[in-house]
This record gives sequence, structure tokens and C-alpha cells, in this order.
Amino acid sequence: MGMLQSVWSYRGFVQGLVLQEFRDRSARTLWGHAWIVIEPAVQILIYVVIFSSVLQAKLPGSGDRLSYSIYLCSGLLAWNFFAGLVLQGRTLFLEQADLLRTIRFPRSTLALALLGRNAINAAIPIAMFLLLVALMGRWPGAVVLAAVPFLLIQTVLGLGLAVFVGTLNVFIRDVGAFVGVAVQFGFWLTPIVYPIAVVPEAARPLLKWNPMLHVVGAYQRVMVEGAPPDWSTLLPLAGLTLLVGGGSWLVFRHLGPDLVDEL
Amino acid sequence: MGSIRVRGLGKFYRRYARPSARLIEWLSLERARRHERVWVLRDVSFEVRAGDALAIVGRNGAGKSTLLRLVNGTLRPSAGEIEVDGRVAALELGLRMHGEMTGRQNLFLAGQLLGLSADHIVELLPEITAFSELADHLEQPLRTYSSGMRLRLAFSLATAVRPGVLLVDEALAVGDARFQQKCIARIRRFLEEGSCLVFVSHDPLTLRSLCGWAVLLEDGQKLREGSPAAVLDYYNALLARLDDNFHIEQEVENAGTAVTRSGEGQVVIEAIELRDDDGPQRTFPVGSPLRIRVRGRAARAVPDLTVGVAIRDRLGNDVYGTNSYHLDDDVHPLQAGETFDAEFRLPANVSPDRYTVTAALHAGRVHLEGSYDWWDHAVAFEVVPGPEPYFVGRAYLPVTLHFERRAAEARPGTPEAAR
Repeated sequence: MGMLQSVWSYRGFVQGLVLQEFRDRSARTLWGHAWIVIEPAVQILIYVVIFSSVLQAKLPGSGDRLSYSIYLCSGLLAWNFFAGLVLQGRTLFLEQADLLRTIRFPRSTLALALLGRNAINAAIPIAMFLLLVALMGRWPGAVVLAAVPFLLIQTVLGLGLAVFVGTLNVFIRDVGAFVGVAVQFGFWLTPIVYPIAVVPEAARPLLKWNPMLHVVGAYQRVMVEGAPPDWSTLLPLAGLTLLVGGGSWLVFRHLGPDLVDEL
Repeated sequence: MGSIRVRGLGKFYRRYARPSARLIEWLSLERARRHERVWVLRDVSFEVRAGDALAIVGRNGAGKSTLLRLVNGTLRPSAGEIEVDGRVAALELGLRMHGEMTGRQNLFLAGQLLGLSADHIVELLPEITAFSELADHLEQPLRTYSSGMRLRLAFSLATAVRPGVLLVDEALAVGDARFQQKCIARIRRFLEEGSCLVFVSHDPLTLRSLCGWAVLLEDGQKLREGSPAAVLDYYNALLARLDDNFHIEQEVENAGTAVTRSGEGQVVIEAIELRDDDGPQRTFPVGSPLRIRVRGRAARAVPDLTVGVAIRDRLGNDVYGTNSYHLDDDVHPLQAGETFDAEFRLPANVSPDRYTVTAALHAGRVHLEGSYDWWDHAVAFEVVPGPEPYFVGRAYLPVTLHFERRAAEARPGTPEAAR
């Protein structure tokens, strides 16, 4: 409780850290903040236009030209949010070395700023994607709300991993390099670009151990089919998230006090 | 109110032969010890009470910054304990600020980091701006600031609200002399109001005028403590230590001034004598002739000897100092066993007070090139009022007055002119 209170008193600092990144990006530009919107907008348009019109990619079992674009985007945007958290988590403490050395403040504020930054970075393309889907007349309806618990889970999971990785990386830099490789593998081990149907039957049970497969799968079901996700995956996912979050908290608690020694 | 109590404080870092060694430790849940302890601070104790200012002196790597960070709480002590009472504000060189953001935005970010609310910062802003004298620059990105301007911003912010404990790490040296004076005045006011200060600096003037006590750190240990003047003398002797022959003695004279003697001993001072025109003397009227006679002996042959003297006031400030290198063009080689007398003749043009004489024998033009013998505050003397007219200040500048009266000029229209 005392910790929450102290973090609350640093809310201005967290906000400042988050805004700082956007200020940096728009510093010395003519169009400033517009770039923050233009870049993801172009990205999404490319996915939708290229895959639905130029390459005419189709999901197996569906004659619909738009469904692959929607499938790809729902998986990709969710993955980018998750991967962004974990990848940036590597330098969570390293990049603030000077601050940590000179000023005493709750370190959890750095994790919150990381979350805020990535949430905004993810929210912009996601909002544009949802808008585009609605404009194209493919809005799935109220069932999108079913994605919320999954979004919550992937956020906590990503943040937990970020703190874990960020802490260990201060002491052993191989952790950061390893995570970079692992995230790339994770991307291709998750059916984002390809549908699970193209994976050989024998390999599928193995793939199911990938938690992000279930998270991404939930979004894909909601967005492509307009159907509720597989609720049975929610409990194991929540359990795993608690485990990762708790483990990461323990590691941070144990190594945190010696963090500055290594910076 | 602010105070610090440090007892047996120690800090070590872990050194691993290989990164994998740390992994082994982690995997064994730290039951296997694979690291070596590197102590950077060991068994340091001191106390700073409300209103006190402590100076930390020491060479690079002596542990000064580590000590400040431990007090600040960003580092965790490995041994001993620290009790800090009061809010801590640390002013460290290179206090991180953000280049693309303006001065004002940085103030808000850094201020909130120090735990001030945005509203409070808005309230303090006029005061911060006024003190930093950066009103014209506040809307410019910080990357356009000079290091002195950054310091002004950082200091103004860090001290906008009086901290209980103020830690200053050599940062002040970046500022110009006038801003330093402002900072010192503000720090002094805080001290009077019950804050305490730990100050890392090597600027003798600032140290002596601000701090009542000093600690000398060497290799992470408290080598010496005492009055700033005495500790600084010792520190300077330490800097000149070139080899292990060098030895330093310090004893407290009955007068209360610490006498430091150091050097490698190739040539030693045998006596320092103060004389007037008639003979040995310890009391000099203002403006009277003063002779400082340094008598020495060469233990070994040296190619060139420089003899220097300095007169210091009670606070240890240099009043005047010079050496033979600057006074004549001769080289003074000495054979082993040879003795010499060097007499400096100068008028005692200083205000009535107590002074000490420091003498030094060294190789080059400054004592850092090889110090043979260095004797701080070797003899004391008194200057008393003489026949000179009354004056204030430290120096007596022989003065004459020429006063001229002129009659008022007659101007047209005045009653005198009409007559």
C-alpha cells in the first residue's frame, strides 16, 4: 500500500518519461506528432491493400479476400505490443543508469513508463486497424470485448518478462542478446503470418505450449470469425502470467538492491 | 533539521573472473561463492549534525562519490550503518537532464523525480528562474545550455526547497565565481536553518569558508580528519607523494594549527627563522621589514633546488607565496652534505593578525614535480599595528592622500556676479 502511494506521488515523473519519448521523436521535425500516426497508418494500409488486392492472399477454407489481412493484422499488432515490451525491457534499467545512480526513486516507475510508452505505441495502430475494419464493414460486434481479458493477460505477461529480462540483463548482458533471438523465434512459432492449419498435425501439440499462440488465437477468432475465443485457455494463461509475474517480482526484489553496483 | 550518522560504513563490489561465474552463483541459489570482494569503502564513521558542514577530500577513486551515493541511498551499504534524518538532496556532477526538452520541461521532469508535485513546481518556478538567472533560456532545449548553465538549473531546482541533508559532489566547480558565491550564500543560510551539508571539493577557499570539519579518504578508508585547513595540507602533501620514501608527519601545535611535514628527504629544512633587521623576531609592526630565513642541508646531491615560502592567515588562506624559481634566474645545485641559507626579504604589508609561514624545498617550479621537504605552518608570527594610518582589509598598501580644494566658480546670474 505504501509502495502504491509512493508510486502515485511519482505519477508526474512517469508521465514525463512517457511524453519524453514522443517529444524526442518529434523534436526538430516539421510535422512533429503527425509522424507518430503516419508511420503505423502506412504500415496497416500496406498490409491490408497488399495482401488483399495485390497478393490476393486467402485463408484456407475462406474465399474472402479481406480475411487474411485482418488475420495478419490482429496477430501482428498484438505480437508487436508484446515484443516491444520485452525487447525494450532489456534496457529498462540500463538506459536510466545515470538516474538510478544519482537519485533515489521507486524503480517501479521505470516499469510503468515502459508500459505507458508501449501501450501508446500499440494503441495507435490498433485503433486505426479497428477503424479500418469497421469502415470495410467487417466490425465483429460486441464480441470484441471478449478480447479484453486476453489483452490484460498479455500486458501483465509482457511486463513481467520485461522486468525479469531488464533486471538480469544488468548483470549478464547475454540475457539481452538471448532475448532478441528468442523474440524472433517466438514470432515464427506463433501463427501470425501463417494459419495454424498449415502446420503439420504432429507439430501442433508442441506449438500449443506457446502461450502467445492462445492469446493471438483469441484475437484472430474474434476479428476474423466474429466468434468468441476459446475460454478454456484463459485459466492456464492467467496461471502462467501470475507465475511469471511473481517470479519476476522475486528476482527483482532479490537483485534490485545491487542493481546500481553494476550500472 | 538534518543530520547524518555513519558507523563502520563499508561497500564492496563483486568481481567475477568470468560472467559465467555469476550464472553459477545464481543457479546454485548463491550457495556457491564465485566472486571476489572489491572493497571501495571500508570502516568509515562520521557524524554530521544539524548546521554542520563536512568536507570530503581525497584523490580520484578514493571513494568520495561512493560515500555520497551511500548516504543518498542509491547504493546499498555492504557493512555498517547509515542514519539519515531529513530529506536528502544530491547535487552530482552530470546530473542527468534531457537534451531535447526545454529547460522548463526538464525542471518539471527532474522536479517530479525529486518528489515535488507539478503544482508545487509551478509555485517554485519564479524563484528557481530568478536564482538560476536563466529566464531567457528556459524555453530553449537543454542541449543548447553550457555545463555552467546546467549546473545553475540543477542547483536552483535541488535547493528550491530547503533539504535536510545536502550532498554536493564537486559540481559547484563548474559554475562561474559569482554563481558559486550565490550557491555558497544559499548553502550557508540552509546551514543556519538547520540543514547539514556533505561537500566534496578541492577548492581550499570554498572548503575553508563553508566547512567546519573535513575527512580525507584514501583507498576507501578514512586516512585523516580534522580542520579543513589541516586536512587539505595533508592532502596536498599526499598528492606530492611520488615514492614510498615519502613520509608525512602531522602534529597539532599548542596554538591549534596543525603542522604538516612531508617530502622525499633529498634536501631537508633544518630551520626556519623569522627576523627583522636586528635579529630573530616573532612580532612585526605593519609595514616593517620581514626576513624569512630557510636553512637546509642536502642529504643527497640534487641538480636544482627551488626554495619556496608562503604566508598564510589563520584560516589557512594563502596571503602571499613565491619561490626562488620566480625570484632569480640562477640554478641552485647542491652537493651531498652541503648546507644553504635562503633569506626572503619582504615588508610585512598585512593587517594586524596572526600568520604562519610554510616553507618548501622542491625540484621544479611547483612542488608536484618532486617534493624534497614541505613544512606547513612551520612558524607563526604576529603582525601588530605600527605607525601606519588606520585601515581595513587584509593588505596594507602604502598610501598617501592628496586633497585639493577649489573655490566655487563664479557663474552669471548669481548674486555674486550681479554685484
